[in-house]
Amino acid sequence: MSTRRLEILATWMLGILWVAPLAYAVWTAFHPSEFATHFSLTAPLTLENFVHAWDAAPFAHYFLNTTLMVTLILVVQFIVCTPAAFAFARMEFRGRETIFAIVLLQLMVAPDLLLVRNYRTMAQLGLVDTIGAIALPYLGSAFGIFLLRQNFRQIPQELDDAARLEGASLFGRLWRVYIPLAKPVYLAYGLVLVSYHWNNFLWPLVITNSVTTRPLTVGLAVFASTDQGIDWSIITAATLMTSGPLLVAFLLFQRQFIASFMRAGIR
Amino acid sequence: MIKRQTLLAYAMIAPALLLLGAFTHWPAVGTLIDSFYSTPHGNRAAVSVGVDNYTDLLDDPVFLQALINNLWYGLVTIPASVGLSLLMALSVNRALPGRVLVRMAYFTPTILPLIAVANIWLFFFTPDYGLLDQISLAFGFGRHNWLGEPATALPAMMAVAIWKEAGFFMIFYLAALQTMPADLAEVGRLEGASRWLYFRRVTWPLLMPTTLFVIVNAVINAFRLVDHVVVMTRGGPDNATNLLLYHIYETGFRFWDSAAAATLTVVLLAIMGILAGLVFAVLGRKAHYR
Repeated sequence: MSTRRLEILATWMLGILWVAPLAYAVWTAFHPSEFATHFSLTAPLTLENFVHAWDAAPFAHYFLNTTLMVTLILVVQFIVCTPAAFAFARMEFRGRETIFAIVLLQLMVAPDLLLVRNYRTMAQLGLVDTIGAIALPYLGSAFGIFLLRQNFRQIPQELDDAARLEGASLFGRLWRVYIPLAKPVYLAYGLVLVSYHWNNFLWPLVITNSVTTRPLTVGLAVFASTDQGIDWSIITAATLMTSGPLLVAFLLFQRQFIASFMRAGIR
Repeated sequence: MIKRQTLLAYAMIAPALLLLGAFTHWPAVGTLIDSFYSTPHGNRAAVSVGVDNYTDLLDDPVFLQALINNLWYGLVTIPASVGLSLLMALSVNRALPGRVLVRMAYFTPTILPLIAVANIWLFFFTPDYGLLDQISLAFGFGRHNWLGEPATALPAMMAVAIWKEAGFFMIFYLAALQTMPADLAEVGRLEGASRWLYFRRVTWPLLMPTTLFVIVNAVINAFRLVDHVVVMTRGGPDNATNLLLYHIYETGFRFWDSAAAATLTVVLLAIMGILAGLVFAVLGRKAHYR
């Protein structure tokens, strides 16, 4: 066998290894539970597991909570990070570099690490066990400000000057020149943000303790650890359900998804 | 006029600064302060205890074990996931039958929530009828309690982390590879450079900024991601898979000892700061940003 063929084989093996957890989840979720541990091509297909999982826990509520939380973070981050990024990119003011460096500290000191202190803040504000409390620590984002600033800086100054000559105000320029030109970056940033917060677990686990606030990840963990014992078919069905929207979105927009993740990654 | 511009700029960054300050910078400073006080109980307020919380840590066997576990965990998962991600990116950056499918396969860890995947890995590692044991038994290697034995539990968690991280970092390497000028490879081929030589002299130096970014992220994630520990082992058996952030979580929210948790957080942040500083010192000079 030639080296090239060996390489192709190795690449495929690696691919199979990487998709194995998902492939297994799909197999188990769509077959009766007696086929969870042995594989047979003649195994009958079923949707029973999904019905059971859906009935066994308030997943509809969890979906709603996750959607509300992610939307809140997305909207507020866009509104808050856009003007900040613009100021850092195109305005002169004292202490600009220093303040920007301080902002960037958040890339390393992630709110995920400061659970204990942030929990106390939420308790003082009387916000424990609310959807707002899940979102609050993530409403400002150094990642978002950095990403948008890099992009705003690459937009030709001449376009900005032209808009200014036509009498556009600062917000007019931002709205009509900068934001439209940075649209692909907003898409990339939005996708990264949605997948990060859809999947976030530890902080929501700490700050929520009821059905009306728990996001899907925490709901799934509670469901899998206490309610189910070890019925793998139902657990995998629930697993697929909770990641379903992201999976479907990925299959539909695969190309854009990869491209935008890449764009967000280029520094 | 200049004054007005400055005021406007401050107004534009104020909301972001307020949010970042309230939930990242101030809590970080507050955590440092808390680490020098005792935990308040009921109506007994916190009192200053100097560095007692820190000396107590040295006598805490669980902390020492979590620290050692976390260092091993980082030492294995960071190089393994970065190396694998580069290999994966290189392998799908060229003509390959079924390339789109392989790329999608590599992408699964980024799409599935770690806590959801942890449930599936939990099944893979189950003794006797889990996938790993079925394969092991079929080849006559006998059964293993992968997550139940201290010797194999931490490596099992490392495997999950490498799977997750390599798939994620692959995207960044792939992005960097795709922005690389194609004529460069053409020249290399005309000059008769071997693939290894070309990689070492051209590709690898050009990838340096990406490598720096990926390694810094790998360091952060080695200390930040403990979702799978919560779901799969709860730090067990016998603290064999206890990692620092999981220990902080248990100390803060199961034993409600906020002073000890604050002290642990300071130690965690210090370790991360030192490691990130080291990465920049070693690799930063080699990374030429365009």
